Amino acid sequence: MSFITGVGLTPYGKHEGASSLDLMSKAAQAALDDAGLKRAEIDGILCGYSTVSPHIMLATVFAEHFGIRPAYAHAVQVGGATGLAMTMLAHHLVEAGLARHVLVVAGENRLTGQSRDASIQALAQVGHPDYEVPLGPTIPAYYGLVATRYMHEYSVTEEDLAEFAVLMRKHACTHPGAQFHDPITVADVMASKPVAMPLKLLDCCPVSDGGAAFIVSGERTGEAGVRIRGCAQAHTHQHVTAAPGLSELGAEISIARAKEATGLAISDVRYAAIYDSFTITLAMLLEDLGLAGRGEAAARVRSGHFNRDGAMPLNTHGGLLSYGHCGVGGAMAHLVETHLQMTGRAANRQVRDASIALLHGDGGVLSSHVSMFLERVR
Amino acid sequence: MSERLGDWTKGEQAITYQTCAACRHVQYFHRAFCAACGVSDPHEERASGKGRVYAISLVCRAATPETRAHVPYNILLVDCDEGFRLMAHGETGLAIGDSVTASFRLFAGKLVPFFTKEA
Repeated sequence: MSFITGVGLTPYGKHEGASSLDLMSKAAQAALDDAGLKRAEIDGILCGYSTVSPHIMLATVFAEHFGIRPAYAHAVQVGGATGLAMTMLAHHLVEAGLARHVLVVAGENRLTGQSRDASIQALAQVGHPDYEVPLGPTIPAYYGLVATRYMHEYSVTEEDLAEFAVLMRKHACTHPGAQFHDPITVADVMASKPVAMPLKLLDCCPVSDGGAAFIVSGERTGEAGVRIRGCAQAHTHQHVTAAPGLSELGAEISIARAKEATGLAISDVRYAAIYDSFTITLAMLLEDLGLAGRGEAAARVRSGHFNRDGAMPLNTHGGLLSYGHCGVGGAMAHLVETHLQMTGRAANRQVRDASIALLHGDGGVLSSHVSMFLERVR
Repeated sequence: MSERLGDWTKGEQAITYQTCAACRHVQYFHRAFCAACGVSDPHEERASGKGRVYAISLVCRAATPETRAHVPYNILLVDCDEGFRLMAHGETGLAIGDSVTASFRLFAGKLVPFFTKEA
């Protein structure tokens, strides 16, 4: 059995002068404090990567900097799926008895540490170096391609996609740590600058500075019990050129495996934390995971289904689209928020029941998927 | 191993693909082996340059000075008649499902495939 015993999250946005290590340290300290653990009790460290300060041994760089001599440590790189992939590994390390308390941490000064062009350019390199990158695509273009196809096959409109941006912004407005606090409308999204059509600026997550961390432990360290019930992955391709058809993408495979591993069904889920790098990502994943029927996710947004007080509260912190996206830490904020919801600490954002949560992360261009169920135990 | 044919990634006006002699798997990204069955030395051929548009995105925000000079530019995924998919550029106004034919253009100093609607 494994538990998430502590979480830490910085505000996302600008942290002038803070390095990636600074942001990782801040989040890690908050997670330790939350778990009531001391540095010496941490015997495992898993960390993400930093595009601003790349290093071949980031976990030990961080361990030395933060002051931990772990028995197990290394970095993990699966793009946007990294946070949940690390959590899954920590879960298995703890279950195998290889570690008692694993610190999972990521942070990056992606907004102030480099130019926005440098950031966009660095990320575009997930494309194929010979067959894709010379064509000048960007990450929004990779997802723009997926979006036009999805819209074509399932009669989804740009206005439908805009609904997801509006919802994430509405949620971010209630979180003091979110990067954006100005409400937006569908018309605002439609009128925002074209980036890679059909995706416009407000369909895209921002670039942020920030850090996130949590501790995965073999036993509870306090009253709150948030247990990792089970998780699974699927990896079908790296490059969008080599992606399978829309009906064969990895999210459907990983959720099927996670359901099998846990014996849980989508009807058991009370809270959803779903990767939302772009509006199309969120729309597709909700439908791939079975949280909405094909082509019906936008209608569910409009009907309030995914609101804080709806039947399936979704990314109540504002998600990548509006809380912010600092790289690996980006989607870890989804897990931190889920933990706060499950332990009744989400203040004005608190949902009625978050007893079972579904988390899903996606890396690359819908290339790598991790699905995870968390369960509150009393 | 047979000699590699020149293609647009090497500056030649051609699109190439590979077919496995053992399992008939077709692949676009060049490899010394078949990614489906592992048999080495798949047969390499020039593609006809004909296909249908699978997906489109019009790039309006580019990340480098060289590519910014070209915005907006249309990026496509094209399903080629020979059974592989490739990423390319295309004329504006194309729609998913359109039959298209490849030509080649310079983009940011390199030759890239450029698809136009079949007349």
